Amino acid sequence: MATQQQQDITSELTDYRYGFHDEEKYEFKSGKGLTEETVRMISAYKKEPQWMLDFRLKAYKIYREKPMPTWGSPFLQDIDFENIHYYIKPTDRKSRNWEDVPAEIKSTFDKLGIPEAERKFLAGVGAQYESETVYHSLQAHLEEKGVIFVDTDTAVQKYPELVQKYFATIVPPRDNKLAALNSAVWSGGSFVYIPKGVHVELPLQAYFRINAENAGQFERTLIIAEEGSSVHYTEGCTAPIYATDSLHSAVVEIIVHKDARVQYTTVQNWSRNVFNLVTKRAVAHENATMMWLDCNIGSKLTMKYPSIYLMGKGARGEIMSLAMANKDQHQDAGGKIFHMAPDTSSVINAKSVSLRGGRSSYRGMLQVAPGAERSRSRVTCDALLLDTQSATDTYPTMQIDENNVAIAHEATVTKISEEQLFYLMSRGLSEQEASNMIVNGFLAPLIKEFPMEYALELNRLIALEMEGSVG
Amino acid sequence: MSQLVIKNLHASVDNKEILKGISLTVNSGEIHAIMGPNGSGKSTLCHILMGHPKYTITSGTIELDGVSITEMAPDQRAQLGLFLSFQYPQEIPGVKYTNFLRQAKNALLAAAGQPAVKIPDFLKTLKEKIKMLKFPEDFLNRAVNEGFSGGEKKRAEILQMAIFEPKFAILDETDSGLDVDALKIVAKGAASIAKETQCGVLLITHYQRILNYIEPSFVHIMSEGRIVRSGSMDLVHEVEAKGYEPFLVTTTV
Repeated sequence: MATQQQQDITSELTDYRYGFHDEEKYEFKSGKGLTEETVRMISAYKKEPQWMLDFRLKAYKIYREKPMPTWGSPFLQDIDFENIHYYIKPTDRKSRNWEDVPAEIKSTFDKLGIPEAERKFLAGVGAQYESETVYHSLQAHLEEKGVIFVDTDTAVQKYPELVQKYFATIVPPRDNKLAALNSAVWSGGSFVYIPKGVHVELPLQAYFRINAENAGQFERTLIIAEEGSSVHYTEGCTAPIYATDSLHSAVVEIIVHKDARVQYTTVQNWSRNVFNLVTKRAVAHENATMMWLDCNIGSKLTMKYPSIYLMGKGARGEIMSLAMANKDQHQDAGGKIFHMAPDTSSVINAKSVSLRGGRSSYRGMLQVAPGAERSRSRVTCDALLLDTQSATDTYPTMQIDENNVAIAHEATVTKISEEQLFYLMSRGLSEQEASNMIVNGFLAPLIKEFPMEYALELNRLIALEMEGSVG
Repeated sequence: MSQLVIKNLHASVDNKEILKGISLTVNSGEIHAIMGPNGSGKSTLCHILMGHPKYTITSGTIELDGVSITEMAPDQRAQLGLFLSFQYPQEIPGVKYTNFLRQAKNALLAAAGQPAVKIPDFLKTLKEKIKMLKFPEDFLNRAVNEGFSGGEKKRAEILQMAIFEPKFAILDETDSGLDVDALKIVAKGAASIAKETQCGVLLITHYQRILNYIEPSFVHIMSEGRIVRSGSMDLVHEVEAKGYEPFLVTTTV
C-alpha cells in the first residue's frame, strides 16, 4: 500500500467532503466549554441558513435551563461539561498521531484483523479510503432510485425543505438536556430519505460513508421512509472506535410512514473513556414496522433506550438490545414502546452479560394509550452474570390504560453455574472456552438477527471481551 | 493398551469423607460394573475421577497410563482420554449440539497435536453415529440438552462417547430413566463403541438389566465409600437373588 497515494487520497477526500478550497481554509476549534458564541461560530463555520442557527440558539437556551437527569448511572456525575471541545474542525481531528493511540486499542485491532487503513480511520488518525469506491458505486445505484444518503450537514444545504419538515419533530430539543445539547452543537450524522415504494436491498452502512465526523461527538441522524418503502441502516462496527473526546451524545430520528419498514442496527464499541448518552426515537405509522437492533459493548457509560411510537393502526415495533458490561463499565440500556393506536404490536428482547465487576441495567417503558385496543406486547429481559463482583438491575415501567390488550413481561437473571462449566470442561474445553460457549449460546438468539458479517465479527469481539475473564 | 489405575483413593466434600480408600485398575477393552445401593458413593466416584471442583482428594492417586491425573482440571483429563457420561447432563441454552460436538472434538484433537476435523468429514461421522443410536437428524440443530427428554439426554451422552473416542468411559447410571427399548439402544450402542475402540468402561448402575446388553468383565459392589466385593457376573446374580444387604458394610455408630 503506497503511503503517498494514501495521503493524496486522504487530502483529496478532505477537500471534497467539506467543500473547501485553499482560499477559504481557516482554522477552527471551539474553546473548551459551551457559550452562545460557540453555537453561533459552529453555525457560521458551516454556513448554515438562518433557520438552523435559530434552532441551535433556541436549543442552547433549553440546554442551559434543563437540569441533568437525576436518574440513571452515578457515573453521570463524572461528566465535566466545561472541559469539552464542542466543535473541532475535522481536519484537526485527523492530525492526531498514531503514536498517541493507546496500546490496548492497537492490540484489539490486531486481534480483530482490521486492515491498516481502517485502523487509522477508526482511531481518528486518518480517513479510511478503501471503502470509498464501494460507497460511490452504492451511491450511484441509490441515486437512480431517488434515495438520498448524505451526511446531515450536506442535507441542510441541499435538501432544506425535507430537513425542515422532519428535523427535530421526533426528538425536540426540549426532550432532555442531552437532546438539547445535541440540537445546539450537532455535527455530522446521516440523512436518509427513501422514496415511496423503494426497497433498499443492501444495508446502508454509515461505516462506508467516509466522514471523520460520522464518528463524531454530536451526530444527528434523520431517516425518512416513505409509504411502502424499506431500508436497513447500520451504524458502528465491531472494531473499537477510539475517541479522545469523552462525551458522545447523538440524536437519531426515524419516521416510518404507512406500510414502510425500517431496521436500525447499531454496534457500539466506543473506547472505554466515552460517556455515550444517546436519544434514539422512531415513529411508526399505519401498518409500518420499526426495528431497533442495538448492541452495546464499548464506552464507560452508555445510557440509551431506543424508542418507538406506534402511531398508526397495525404498526409493529421491535427492540432487540444486547449489552456487555466489562470492568468499570455501566451499560444502562433497554427500550421504550408506546402503543398509541389499535392493533399495534411490539416486542422488546434485551440480553445483557456482566463480567469482571461490570454493571448492566435494563431500563424499559411500555405504554398503552386509552383506545389502543387489541395491542399486544411481549417484553423479555435476561441477564447473565459471569462472576460475583458483577451486577445487573432491571427497571421495567408499564403504563397500560386500555383493558383489551395482551401484555407479557418476563425477566431472568442467570449466573454461569459450576455444573455447566464442569460439564463442558469434561469434554476437553478449557474453562475460558466453556464460558465463551455459554455466553455465545446466551446471546445467540440476538446475534442471529445481525447481518451475517456482523454476526461473525460480533462473536469474535465477544470472545475478545471474555479473554482472561476466568481463573 | 491403556490403563486407568485408582490407588487407595480418599475424598471428601465439606469435610465429610465420602470415598474411603478405593482401589481399582481398568485396562483397555475391559468393562467394569460398579453396583451398590443409593448413597454408596458411586456417582461421587465418577465426579471425582473426572475432576469435579466440589470434591477434595485427601489421599491416594488416579493414574492414566502412568501419568497422575489426580490434580488435573477436568479438561486436561478429557484431553488425556477420560470421558464421563453424566447421570444428569447439563443444558447449554443457545448452543447448537453440532457446534458443541465439533468444538469439543477439535479441543481434544488439538491437545493430541492433531489437526482440526474437516466439517464435511465430521458431519459424515456424526450422521453414521446418529443412525446407530436411532436419533432423529434434526437433533443436531437443537441446543445442547435443552428440552431433551431424559432418554434423549442419555442417548446424546453415548453419542458423545462415539464422537470423542475416549480411552476410558465412565457411564454414570446411563440406564436410569430409560424405558426398555431406549435402554437396549443405548446399552448396545455403548457396548459396540467400546468394543470397536477398545475403550475401557467403568459402568455405574443400580440394576442388572443394563448388564444384559453390556456384559462386564468384572463386577464390584460398593458400600459406604469402599469396594466391598469384586467378582464376575456371578456377583450380579447374587445381588439379584439376595439384594445388597449381605454385602453392606455395617457402620458402628
